[in-house]
Amino acid sequence: MSILTLFIIIPVLTVIGILMSKSHMQVKWVAVVGMSLQLLSAIALIFLYLAARRAGDMAEVLFVQDNIWYQTLNIHFYIGVDGVSVAMIGLTSLVVFAGIFASWDIVDLPREFFTSLILLATGVFGFFICLDLFTMFLFYELAVIPMYLLIGIWGSGPRHYSAMKLTLMLMGGSAFILLGIIGIYFNSAPGGGQLTFDLIKISKQHIPIEAQRFLFPFLFVGFGVLGAMFPFHTWSPDGHASAPTAVSMLHAGVLMKLGGYGCYRVAVFLLPDAAHQLGWIFLILATIGVIYGALGAIWQKDLKYINAYSSVSHCALVLFAILMFNQTAMNGAIMQMISHGIMTALFFALIGMIYGRTHTRFINEMGGLMKVMPFLAVAYVIAGLASLGLPGFSGFVAEMTIFVGAFQNADVFHRVATIIAASSIVVTAVYVLRVVGILLLGKIKNEHFEEIQDAKWYDKMSVVTLIFGITLIGVAPLWLSDMITGGLGPIMHKLIAAAPVLMK
Amino acid sequence: MLIMRHELLLILITVILLIVEIFLPDTQKRKIILPAIILMALVTAIGFLPGTPGTMFGGMYQSTALSMMLKNILNIGVLIVFIQSVDWLKQDQNKEKISEFFLLLLSTLIGMNYMISSGDFLMFYIGLELATIPIAALAAWERMKEKSAEAGVKLIFISALSSGILLYGLSMIYGTTGTMYFADIAPLITGAPLQVLAFIFFFAGMAFKISLVPFHLWTADVYEGAPVNVTSYLSVISKGAAVFIFTIILYTVFSKIAVMWSEVIYVITILTITIGNLFAMRQQNLKRFLAFSSIAQAGFILLGIIGQSQLGMTTVIYFAMVYIFSNLGAFGVVGIISNRTGKENIDDYDGLYRTNPNLSLVMMLSLFSLAGIPPLAGFFGKFFLFTAAAKQGYYILVLIALINTIISLYYYLLVIKAMLLNNSDQPIAKFKSDGYTRVGLLICVAGMVIIGFASSIYEVVYNLSFGLY
Repeated sequence: MSILTLFIIIPVLTVIGILMSKSHMQVKWVAVVGMSLQLLSAIALIFLYLAARRAGDMAEVLFVQDNIWYQTLNIHFYIGVDGVSVAMIGLTSLVVFAGIFASWDIVDLPREFFTSLILLATGVFGFFICLDLFTMFLFYELAVIPMYLLIGIWGSGPRHYSAMKLTLMLMGGSAFILLGIIGIYFNSAPGGGQLTFDLIKISKQHIPIEAQRFLFPFLFVGFGVLGAMFPFHTWSPDGHASAPTAVSMLHAGVLMKLGGYGCYRVAVFLLPDAAHQLGWIFLILATIGVIYGALGAIWQKDLKYINAYSSVSHCALVLFAILMFNQTAMNGAIMQMISHGIMTALFFALIGMIYGRTHTRFINEMGGLMKVMPFLAVAYVIAGLASLGLPGFSGFVAEMTIFVGAFQNADVFHRVATIIAASSIVVTAVYVLRVVGILLLGKIKNEHFEEIQDAKWYDKMSVVTLIFGITLIGVAPLWLSDMITGGLGPIMHKLIAAAPVLMK
Repeated sequence: MLIMRHELLLILITVILLIVEIFLPDTQKRKIILPAIILMALVTAIGFLPGTPGTMFGGMYQSTALSMMLKNILNIGVLIVFIQSVDWLKQDQNKEKISEFFLLLLSTLIGMNYMISSGDFLMFYIGLELATIPIAALAAWERMKEKSAEAGVKLIFISALSSGILLYGLSMIYGTTGTMYFADIAPLITGAPLQVLAFIFFFAGMAFKISLVPFHLWTADVYEGAPVNVTSYLSVISKGAAVFIFTIILYTVFSKIAVMWSEVIYVITILTITIGNLFAMRQQNLKRFLAFSSIAQAGFILLGIIGQSQLGMTTVIYFAMVYIFSNLGAFGVVGIISNRTGKENIDDYDGLYRTNPNLSLVMMLSLFSLAGIPPLAGFFGKFFLFTAAAKQGYYILVLIALINTIISLYYYLLVIKAMLLNNSDQPIAKFKSDGYTRVGLLICVAGMVIIGFASSIYEVVYNLSFGLY
């Protein structure tokens, strides 16, 4: 049995444990134990993976396990990881772990809350480890649907509207993905032979170009919806603003990465020729998304909306980098996913904690929080600095890599796109520093704030874990970068084969 | 004799129940419930024993491995309906009519079995009638209620009309080919104008039974007027049986004009799914809601039929099976709540999760399964249906159907929203459902979970199915 099955088994066992728990406390501790085990296995997986690579195991995917499921349709339960998916698994377990602590003070229906949360996590883990398109899609939908309950029941503001909007838009995206997957399936054996959902096998085939051109937009838009691609991002601000803390964390931190990962792993990897021919359309959309998200964040007054728009901007940067089609940018895309995942989770966790204390999310009503809750305030500054790409934090590594990669495309179109996207860094600095200034510094605006208590132990647990993540990547990015680069080989081969001129 | 095992057993238990009913004193009619369920469970179990394929009545009746499997599926469904009805049958106003419910349902089931096993249009027609007419009596169960009487009358008129149309088509087929046997007709179908007309009539007649748009107008009224348990039977078992035989006839008798009927089905599929969904969105009464949702689901089944391949038939049967469990789960919950509180509107379900969490969970799972959300069986069923249609190259059709799954998800979520998200000042009070209902719902949930994961069920269906090619 592969170590990867643990990533399915542990959450399922945790869910069962939660359902059998008697008290609120027990529910939480079962969740903590389960997700700690998950985090430990993720760390173990990273070490095992690095060790295996160092030992010279150059297989495309490691820790493979292949069980046949539906024989006549050739559906497998086929799992395995490369460097990219290992990195994503590490990100997911970190964010989920922090998310459990961030939702420590859930009072209403805690059992249902943690069950849905961990079901969501199961879907995400399953998506990252699966290499069979059918099972991948199954886990994808499994990750999306608990969102409806999580936002609808435990959310705030216009939660019913946001939950419905988010679910329908994401499921609409997944309908496109389904069509794309079925289309790939029927073109998976152009030379005859058995049709397959097997990602690795399909990547060795050359899908006819007409089919690629037809399917690529469906897959890219389908995953792009979850990746908050402009103009399909509108669910994201509403959804994030209404969601409870841990759900915003998981959603922005992990779930949106499913979109970027899907674009990379399914759309571009399996349909490289169409990606090359049609990529420019989506590159324009991604570039608009980068700058639009950043500008949108400037105008917002609600902390969660600010961060949601900033997520739109950062996630669009991921798609932007993927569509640059070279190894450096692609590496940056994955780095950006990891970096933004941890950073935005930290943001949302802090916003949740601040909201829990001040009972407002409007920046104009707050001020001088540095004096009353120094721990959370400093953490917020760290998150902000990571967000605007200060060296030493993960954001710098990721964005730097992306723009260095993007600049290697020397034609005018790509240059212009790169310059526009790069200018978003300045805009990011504007909204981050503005919020830090209004929110944390200056005078205390409301006398009730004087009585506010700083972070509790579980808040600290959550915050410290995430800060550890961003600084680790910021200070020592090389191991991660190498791990990711190791996983990029196959997709780069395919892209070079599709467009030898563009790639160097 | 073993060849007709399913039908004979059903006739046997029908007779037994009839005799028991005669000797039961009026005050003790309820005592028939348990024996009826046990007998039905026995018949269902015996149905799974390996049987011998063969023909009777000179080929009018044919028993094949496929038909035996289909009958088993229907038996399971009927068993669940029986179990779920107990709570309702025990109510005071029904105490004199309990055995009628079982007897009438069993006779329709016998009709369906003959219909599925028919090798000849005459047998098919007899089975179809036997499967329809008793249901009209059941729909008019609550004689004194206007809606129920209306349902009965509507159903009988529509059945008469559709049977007439169907028969007219069959007579033309007989006129052009000179035979009623499926096997003899198939090679003689040439696509001549009269045969095309015959096919259209046949198709329209069946479309009434399966309630495809634009032949669906009776559905919502009948579903609303009939008692919940009869509605669930109508929407699941009757429809399932009709879909099975419809597929078989299209694939065997009309295989030569497949190009033509696939065009018809293409249009009807789009209409059925879209209109079913759009109307379901606006419903407040849950029975009407499920009626329109089941119209849309029937449209999805057509995607498998249009697949025309072995894969196509497999997905049709597989999805019908999933649909039986999912829809019966939903109807089971609606039924018990309607029995206990008389409430049938979506608004009444506000805050149900806080008072009756288990029922809400079953309802949620059933609706998710109907919407095609993993890891429930509905996801697999829908995925395979889309695969079957895409195999024939109907990508646009699949896309339209996919967009419709989102619409359907919207209205299924409305019910889930009412149960879990909304709060209410006067939620449905907490009540304890009886053991029968729980067992019935448990079987449904088990079915929804197991059918998806146990791929062997799919493989069994696949091995027994056949396609045009």
